[in-house]
Amino acid sequence: MKELVESMALALVDHPDEVTVTEKTDGQSVTVYLTVHPDDMGKVIGKQGRIAKAMRSVVNAAAVNQDKRVQLEIG
Amino acid sequence: MKKVTVSGKTVDEAIQSGLEKLEAEQGNVEYDVLEEPQKAIFGLFGGKSALVEMRLKPDPQKEALLFLRDTIDKMGVQASVDQEERADGTYFNISGADIGVLIGKRGQTLDSLQYLVNLVANRYADNYIRIYLDAEGYRERRKEALETLARRISEKAVRTKREVRLEPMSSHERKVIHTVLQNIDEVSTYSEGQEPYRRIVVVPK
Repeated sequence: MKELVESMALALVDHPDEVTVTEKTDGQSVTVYLTVHPDDMGKVIGKQGRIAKAMRSVVNAAAVNQDKRVQLEIG
Repeated sequence: MKKVTVSGKTVDEAIQSGLEKLEAEQGNVEYDVLEEPQKAIFGLFGGKSALVEMRLKPDPQKEALLFLRDTIDKMGVQASVDQEERADGTYFNISGADIGVLIGKRGQTLDSLQYLVNLVANRYADNYIRIYLDAEGYRERRKEALETLARRISEKAVRTKREVRLEPMSSHERKVIHTVLQNIDEVSTYSEGQEPYRRIVVVPK
């Protein structure tokens, strides 16, 4: 999950050096934490959270496919 | 990224030879002037030629295609993607065994991927470009399903003489329904609510 979030974030931001992704696993549920450069926050959240929502929906699809539950936290 | 460093008597000359080396057009490259040319004194001493570094600009569609393939791969799904140019735009057609994962409930995952692919493409584009994602003919099948739904709902509205509210849909899906019902004289349609919960209401006349 970490790799998926990381590669999506890297494709969207202007400061790829400041993308950090960490992952916490608790049984079947995984929480992925994404932080980016302050100027890039808009690029991973989007107007009314549209980009964040799209990333979450992709991550959820991948999670269901692997019998996991994933939560994506940004910021 | 393909990159060359070229020299010439003037910056323009250097750029011209760079374009030949990269086999590119002026619009497809970016360049930095590393050293400005200096005229030789009396045309004899200390002249320096211009030094320019040139790079091919990333192609938006190529970058978007790479992004989509990479994302699908990291989702753990086996699928291949082909690019197709149609009259209404560029299509990325996804095919493979686990295609349902990539489509999602009512195409939600496919729409999300499509949105992200367009964001990536337009980071590299000078003019806005639009890319459509399809998976095993899903878009066409969904369109037919929506058209059937539209006709059924219009009959229900006429029969019960009541307005019928549909579930929330994307603007693209609403358009399919509006278009079908425009040709049915017994009903009219409008949309209400705010995105992403905007929905169609079918009104009997």
